[in-house]
Amino acid sequence: MLMYTLKRLLAGVITVWFIATATFIAMHQVPGDPLMNDKAVSPEIRANLEAKYGLDKPVTTQYFIFLSNMLKGDFGISFTQQNRKVNDIIRDHFPVSATLGVLAIFFAATGGVLFGALTAVYRNQMPDVVIMFLVILGISVPSFVFAALGQLMLVNINSFFGYSVIPVAGWGTIWHMLMPSLVLGLTTMALLTRLMRSSMLEVVNEDYIKTAKAKGLSPTRIFFRHQLRNAILPVITVLGPQIAAITTGGFVVELVFAIPGLGRYFVQAVQQLDYTVIMGTTVFYGAFLVFMVIVVDILYGFIDPRVRLS
Amino acid sequence: MSLFQPDANMFERLETQDSAEIIARPSLSYWQDAWVRLKKNTRAIISLNIIILLAIFTLIGPLLWQVDPALQDLNQVSQPPAMPKSALVVDPFRGWEGITIDNYEPPADYADSVPAPTNVRAEGTATTQAVRIAWDQVPGADGYNVYRNVREPTSFADLGLPLGATYGDELSYEDRLSLEARDYYYSIVPTDGLDEYEVFTQLVVTPKLAITRDEALERGLIDSLDAVNIGDEVTIEFHPLGTDYLGRDMLARLMEGARVSLFIGIVAPLLYVLVGIIYGGFAGYIGGRFDVLLMRFADFVVALPFLLFMILFKIAFGIGPGESGIIPMLIALVLLMWPATARLVRGQVLQIREEGYIEAARLLGAKNHYLIMRHIIPNTMGVILVTLTFAVPAAIFTEAFLSFIGMGVAPPTPSWGSMCNEGVKTMLSHPHELFFPALFISITVLAFNLLGDGLTEALDSKMRSRD
Repeated sequence: MLMYTLKRLLAGVITVWFIATATFIAMHQVPGDPLMNDKAVSPEIRANLEAKYGLDKPVTTQYFIFLSNMLKGDFGISFTQQNRKVNDIIRDHFPVSATLGVLAIFFAATGGVLFGALTAVYRNQMPDVVIMFLVILGISVPSFVFAALGQLMLVNINSFFGYSVIPVAGWGTIWHMLMPSLVLGLTTMALLTRLMRSSMLEVVNEDYIKTAKAKGLSPTRIFFRHQLRNAILPVITVLGPQIAAITTGGFVVELVFAIPGLGRYFVQAVQQLDYTVIMGTTVFYGAFLVFMVIVVDILYGFIDPRVRLS
Repeated sequence: MSLFQPDANMFERLETQDSAEIIARPSLSYWQDAWVRLKKNTRAIISLNIIILLAIFTLIGPLLWQVDPALQDLNQVSQPPAMPKSALVVDPFRGWEGITIDNYEPPADYADSVPAPTNVRAEGTATTQAVRIAWDQVPGADGYNVYRNVREPTSFADLGLPLGATYGDELSYEDRLSLEARDYYYSIVPTDGLDEYEVFTQLVVTPKLAITRDEALERGLIDSLDAVNIGDEVTIEFHPLGTDYLGRDMLARLMEGARVSLFIGIVAPLLYVLVGIIYGGFAGYIGGRFDVLLMRFADFVVALPFLLFMILFKIAFGIGPGESGIIPMLIALVLLMWPATARLVRGQVLQIREEGYIEAARLLGAKNHYLIMRHIIPNTMGVILVTLTFAVPAAIFTEAFLSFIGMGVAPPTPSWGSMCNEGVKTMLSHPHELFFPALFISITVLAFNLLGDGLTEALDSKMRSRD
């Protein structure tokens, strides 16, 4: 168990290094440099600026400087936001994105498991048909359309009551978080519902369900203890990658709902070629995702004792 | 009694039937069988037809609907979908002196209340050039306020836009404020010269779309100034799905956008699935250390945060001035999406490599490339086809997503995603600008998803038909 965790962590560290290197190479492929955005400056000032940010050194040296700073946990200072540390940007805005993501995953997972189980119980009956239709809709409609519709709905609710019941945009209270996280989790919820349904239908035919029936267990007990518990396992497996999809997929929702998350800073940084912010956000996100996948895999071992981690 | 002597003539020759024992339907190949099962799946077949219709829409549509998608028509901005419209040819605008009372005497005393104006009417033909409202004098009033609303007023407080005020001797008002061809509810409120009396009379006017001959000529609706007379009607540009915020035809833009979206949606998956097949095929076939190494690399690529790298790569491969950014997006998609297919193909190859028929073929002296081409690739085709079908919606979504956040296809090239991006800004006032591109994205993605589901079932050899 310990060996497995250590092994996975080591692989994770190598992956993060790969991400950092790939980002560095891709970033330096972009024509121009961060100082081009400023007003025309005299060569002396430009030389000074380059020296300050270390842009005068060869690219390979810059790469190693960056790596050693990264190991110390320091991503440097933003080029475009004067004197703002990249670490500060991440510390200020990542929690917002993360909260949004966690809530979205919460909605998606509870909704997916609930609806998936429901459709399996009422197979080919009314609830199944209705939910599966909604699921197909959820998979086929782009998230920004949901975001726009969600906002439209809030506008209508608020104008119906005549005052702001649920804020239409912005961030701060739990009410601000409700609609964006619901919208963000919708696609994943649809996917999980589908998965849960097929998994439930598969489990029904397993021998241990027959055994449980033969033993005379009550249907509710069979449903909760045997069917649901076993059917939920594949859902947990895909949860890791889905967390990744949701946290980065938050860009659009953050944009539509004017939420001060990290996504906006990344897009801005790429447009302005803010080297340090690009590196910082990408490496941070990458590390976060790698870590989440490892955590989900290890948790899986706890939930399903049949899986031996080795 | 003689014995029965059979004669050759007494026998009749029967058709020989050497397979009388076999009771079977004609044997079907794997693909024929899959097709038979796919045809039974109504949803998949409907989806297939939708996809064919979309292809026709994209390829043949622009030939039938020859409207320039980039042509801006600022006379018809954000028009909703409509039937062909015609406009009334009118003279160039000339001022209206209005109706005034000669020898007007202001009311001697302040009146506590006055009756509502009577005989409120539209003078002449109401056009989008001008609407002329006139009314009869209200005894006791020394002025009038004119309001305009786009819906029927519910109360005195709901008269809408205050257009203007007139003096007591002026009994008319000329409205020229950005008129459209729709219903307007005009309300006339008498005043004592300053304050309003709480009475009003309303009039519904539907101005006709008006156009001068010079305008019509300029917009190419008529060939010469003499072609039409004042009072004639000319047919104006027809936009079946309305126009966008720059007056560009939505239908033409949707067709043009379909080219971009479907091009990326189909070519990118084809390319990266091909890369995945080659990569995964190699890894699986050669196996051993090489396989481990290749797959480790694929794992790294999977770990890259997808959207961040899509944006980064797209910028890194550059868009020069005047380019649409389609090729960079294609490259970025291929670079980031191949590992999934590679993994899948590798798994399949590893499995097939151990099958008995491969062993048999090898014993018969089959060479490597024969094994790969004849046995391994055809046997992975089913899985690959399903992957490809599901990859199309993913690619279309990615394109739409990037264009939506403004990092995708560069304007003026339309794509469904960038059209959504423009449409969402005017969602409340002109919902059609968001609705149509979103509808097209959804239908396309839905069709490919359902077709993918159908193919998965049809190609699953466990479910081969027995009937």
